Amino acid sequence: MSEQLLYAAEAGLNGLMAGVLYALVALGFVLIFKASGIFNYAQGVLALFAALTLVGFQNGQVPFAHLINAIFGTQIHEFGWHLPAVVAILLTGAVMVLLAILIERLILKHLVNQAPIILFMATIGLAYFLEGFGDIMWGADIKKLDVGLPQGISDTVESVTDRLFGYGFFIDRLDIVATVVAALLVLTLTLFSQFTKYGRALRAVADDHQAALSVGISLRFIWVMVWSIAGIVALVAGVMWGAKSGVQFSLSLIALKALPVLMLGGFTSIPGAIVGGLIIGMGEKLFEFFIGPMIGGATENWFAYVLALLFLVFRPQGLFGERIIERV
Amino acid sequence: MNVMTPEGYVAADGRRIGPVLMEMKNITLRFGGVKAITDISFEIREGEIRAIIGPNGAGKSSMLNVISGFYVPQEGEVWFRGAKRPPMKPYQVARQGIARTFQNIALFDGMSVLDNIMTGRLTLMRSGLLSQAIWWGGAEKEETAHREKVEKIIDFLEIQNIRKTPVGRLPYGLKKRVELARALAAEPKLLLLDEPMAGMNVEEKEDMCRFILDVNDEFGTTIALIEHDMGVVMDLSDRVVVMDYGKKIGDGTPDEVRSNPDVINAYLGVAHE
Repeated sequence: MSEQLLYAAEAGLNGLMAGVLYALVALGFVLIFKASGIFNYAQGVLALFAALTLVGFQNGQVPFAHLINAIFGTQIHEFGWHLPAVVAILLTGAVMVLLAILIERLILKHLVNQAPIILFMATIGLAYFLEGFGDIMWGADIKKLDVGLPQGISDTVESVTDRLFGYGFFIDRLDIVATVVAALLVLTLTLFSQFTKYGRALRAVADDHQAALSVGISLRFIWVMVWSIAGIVALVAGVMWGAKSGVQFSLSLIALKALPVLMLGGFTSIPGAIVGGLIIGMGEKLFEFFIGPMIGGATENWFAYVLALLFLVFRPQGLFGERIIERV
Repeated sequence: MNVMTPEGYVAADGRRIGPVLMEMKNITLRFGGVKAITDISFEIREGEIRAIIGPNGAGKSSMLNVISGFYVPQEGEVWFRGAKRPPMKPYQVARQGIARTFQNIALFDGMSVLDNIMTGRLTLMRSGLLSQAIWWGGAEKEETAHREKVEKIIDFLEIQNIRKTPVGRLPYGLKKRVELARALAAEPKLLLLDEPMAGMNVEEKEDMCRFILDVNDEFGTTIALIEHDMGVVMDLSDRVVVMDYGKKIGDGTPDEVRSNPDVINAYLGVAHE
């Protein structure tokens, strides 16, 4: 193989791994959109909040420390323990479920049957609230997230590819782990939705609310369930992203990267979210590699959005979205 | 009709009809200033096929929606199995054993026929969220048991060959049949059918009629249905409630209703000098 092609293959492979993370965030959107028709603007903030909470639990941070100290004049910051990663992740998962219950109780329940735009506005409000809340609860400084995931360049991949092609690929171990975890998550979700009664109820609600009610499905329960699942997906995305570039408030912006993924994959398709994520991840790296040098580089910032725009013009329902048919 | 007693009566074809299963007492339903149902009372007995008929806009569908919990009446009481029913959400009503179909078909288009019918059994499934999530501890065994029941219903309604087809692709008549199957899968104590024959051709209507009678006969299911087609209603049902402009104008066996001058006036539109 020519050298140029090998470099491209490496860039593409790296892009594929980044795409997995985009897909994870997009997956959270799709789940909620399918089940309740809500475009959840807060999905990115959910990932941020999950990552913040995870780091907080792990390091034994006292929640609302600044607030408590400001009011009572105390100087507490930490409990002084260090939780194992697994315990902290489980606890954070529980917090995400609790958050889902609160969101349903305090917001969704009161907005049943409202126009989608109203629910969308509500999730924008939720996003800003959660961002501020996360700040007050855990502090605004950039935190290091370390749950023991392997980091650095994978030697195995390098040596194997070196032997095969005479050129060692540089692949981050973390990216490999992220890919495996994401694949497992998607597999679990698929099995859950295809083969369990709750999965069936979830698909039923996604399909037709009225019919779902008539067979005895409680919409509120399903909403809590789906927001919990979206919260846990956000947790996984938050962990991966946080491990890569630290937990900071810009983490919530990954939601913006998920938007073009959704345009590509369609808002209602789980496979679409995954394929869309991979296409965007790989596409932006390859585009940067081949076309970037010709037009001065930095194409990664806008490639995804331009691709999404093209899709909006020529195939607005996305690759896998349901066909838009107007009956007359 | 023979003599009506608290224990029931003997229907025209000799079937024994049981005691009262559901009773509507002085139901009034308003939408803003519009009265959809005005002070209507009637009862549905165990094992009975009970029809609610009336011209367009008479309030039939509203009545069905009151029974199935989609509407909550402003006045009146709903009694089910000897107890007064508090205001309930539709899914709670479904869990009480009242299944229904819809006039304009509400199926899960993206799911297969089998999956659609399986949703009908959701309320009967016991295993919890956790054991379902990890697919362990009886969850699988339970699924198999329910699957068996569903297969029986599929055989019964003669839809074996479309078992795996996504519902969205089926023709109208078959969709109606799948909807009936889903309702039956819940093993309901009361089955509500909202215009089961609407939009069907003659052959499909005959099939549906046969299925309704067979369901009642085979499973002893109590059925309440709304229907436009007078001929069909008169052949099918044991007793008929007639509504017009939200009021009840007749109640009795098909023969009694047919000869009721109010009914003829309002519904059949035949002049009676």
